[in-house]
Amino acid sequence: MNWINDYVRPRINSLNTLFTSTKREMPDNLWRKCDECGTMLFHRELAEALNVCPSCQHHMHISPRDRFTALFDGGTYHELPVPEPIADPLQFRDEKRYPDRIRDARRKTGEHEATLLAEGELGRLPVVALAQDFSFMGGSMGMAVGNAMIAGAERAVKRRAPFVVFSAAGGARMQEGILSLMQMPRTTVAVQMVKEAGLPYVVVLTNPTTGGVTASYAMLGDVQIAEPNALICFAGPRVIEQTIRETLPEGFQRAEYLLDHGMLDRVIHRREMRDELARLLRLLMNETPRVHGDLPAPSPVAQDVAEVVEAAKSGATEA
Amino acid sequence: MQTYLDFEKSLAEIEGKAEELRALARQDPEMDVEKEARSLDDRARTMLADIYKGLTPWRKCQVARHPLRPHALDYIGALFTEYTPLAGDRAFAEDRAVVGGLARFNDRPVVVFGHERGHDTQSRLDRNFGMARPEGYRKGARLMQLADRFDLPVITLVDTAGAYPGKGAEERGQAEAIARSTEMCLTIKAPLISVIIGEGGSGGAVAFATADRVAMLEHSVYSVISPEGCASILWKNAEKMREAAEALRLTAQDLRKLGVCDRIIPEPVGGAQRDRGLTLQRVGQAIGEMLGELDAMSPDDRRAARRRKYIEMGARGLA
Repeated sequence: MNWINDYVRPRINSLNTLFTSTKREMPDNLWRKCDECGTMLFHRELAEALNVCPSCQHHMHISPRDRFTALFDGGTYHELPVPEPIADPLQFRDEKRYPDRIRDARRKTGEHEATLLAEGELGRLPVVALAQDFSFMGGSMGMAVGNAMIAGAERAVKRRAPFVVFSAAGGARMQEGILSLMQMPRTTVAVQMVKEAGLPYVVVLTNPTTGGVTASYAMLGDVQIAEPNALICFAGPRVIEQTIRETLPEGFQRAEYLLDHGMLDRVIHRREMRDELARLLRLLMNETPRVHGDLPAPSPVAQDVAEVVEAAKSGATEA
Repeated sequence: MQTYLDFEKSLAEIEGKAEELRALARQDPEMDVEKEARSLDDRARTMLADIYKGLTPWRKCQVARHPLRPHALDYIGALFTEYTPLAGDRAFAEDRAVVGGLARFNDRPVVVFGHERGHDTQSRLDRNFGMARPEGYRKGARLMQLADRFDLPVITLVDTAGAYPGKGAEERGQAEAIARSTEMCLTIKAPLISVIIGEGGSGGAVAFATADRVAMLEHSVYSVISPEGCASILWKNAEKMREAAEALRLTAQDLRKLGVCDRIIPEPVGGAQRDRGLTLQRVGQAIGEMLGELDAMSPDDRRAARRRKYIEMGARGLA
């Protein structure tokens, strides 16, 4: 593997045994290699930096849960239920069955689907947020994403809260075929619900956001923010190179490139995202400037979360 | 001159033989071949009907892409009068892959636009094979807005392999242009009818095919990705396009079951390319009937129903 695993770790282990004389377990995932510069990063250090490489500032994948913990006041949020779509609507089968692929993804990530929907407070402002999980089948857009967008929009309208979406997706979920494509208009209706209620809809594009996701809700924000160096495109670089048979320029389809071409409002470091969003949303909601300081976690569960959970369980959907 | 697809080979032989016999008879008036030629014709006719009765999904893709199928300008020329093309996106360029403007349908003023693929090498290059750039989608959105201002029905003719995956197209915001066009489809209150006349390729099709009524010609297809593309990703082998076409459920018949397609327009025996006149006439009749249904609704109800249709789409799967 590498010298840290092969050399340093065995030595540390042997030192451990020397001093404590009990063999301690050493989990395999204490070190992670930066995808961009290859630096070995200690997991705790990396987590503190919100999965941003301290040496090259590359923004690595972060799970929706970690993102929400970093986003909301006191790291507290409520996960909102999302109506479960019909399983395997096309009875799709390639080399593997679609339900098997889903099961593998669930086992691997410990999550139920590629999106997580949450509600919490950001600088004391109630906010509904949705994050896509690239590690779950490439964050791909299927019925579940559409359901989450609709549930999030309905919730935002009901609470008169802004809706923030963190996008991350390799594109459509091919195993849902045309229904995956139909999430483009479906999610667009969700965005319209929020906008027509006079509420802010803000998109944070993270690495990578591609295909039908970019060509629908991820490009319809009132404000478009991206994380540094995120790949954001409709057609991927490989497809384009095959079509036009020329090499693409350095940084093509990266966040900074899109900013230069007028497709984004801002490129913001993950460390500053919470302050950025808190300020922006208060500006858009015509609220007083945010009070700075270390805010405690917000007061108990918003009373109607329980209602929403109940409604979802009984299968009822809000109009 | 007929253009035969690979699965029409045996048909080509019989039709060729009949043709040869008649050519011989023209040279030698003594010969009486008509009886034999006519029996060949009968065999060909039965064979054609048989082949087209049970077209596999992949064969339907081939028929949908048939070069002799009527294209957008054929429909506009045959079904509309006073056609007045309008050009440009008012931002960058005129995209010749998207044709459209004002016209009359049964004397009634309407806006009609769609993808035009071209019919020979020169026009295909000129039309970029019907693959639109952002300017084409912005032009479409502009035309819809125009229609809405004067309460004119919109008719779109969808026929594209997909949005053009090029460097300039990406730089100028292909994803954003598609997203805005889809949004416009869901914003206008004017009646919106979309006819998929050949290939409905992914986001490039959705941008114009998010409508009150989506009609599909019997052998047209509509998919999130081409069967070849799907095969190369999921099967890691582009030759598996037959399997992919099967799995994707891209035929008008499957899409009708899924609620994506509202109406199937029957094609002449042997496909639209065998009898273009009859095809044009049937499409015209279907558009007229669908317009009649939509006229019965108020503008507000129409838009609300359009949005609801997409929100509810896919809930039942294939059942």
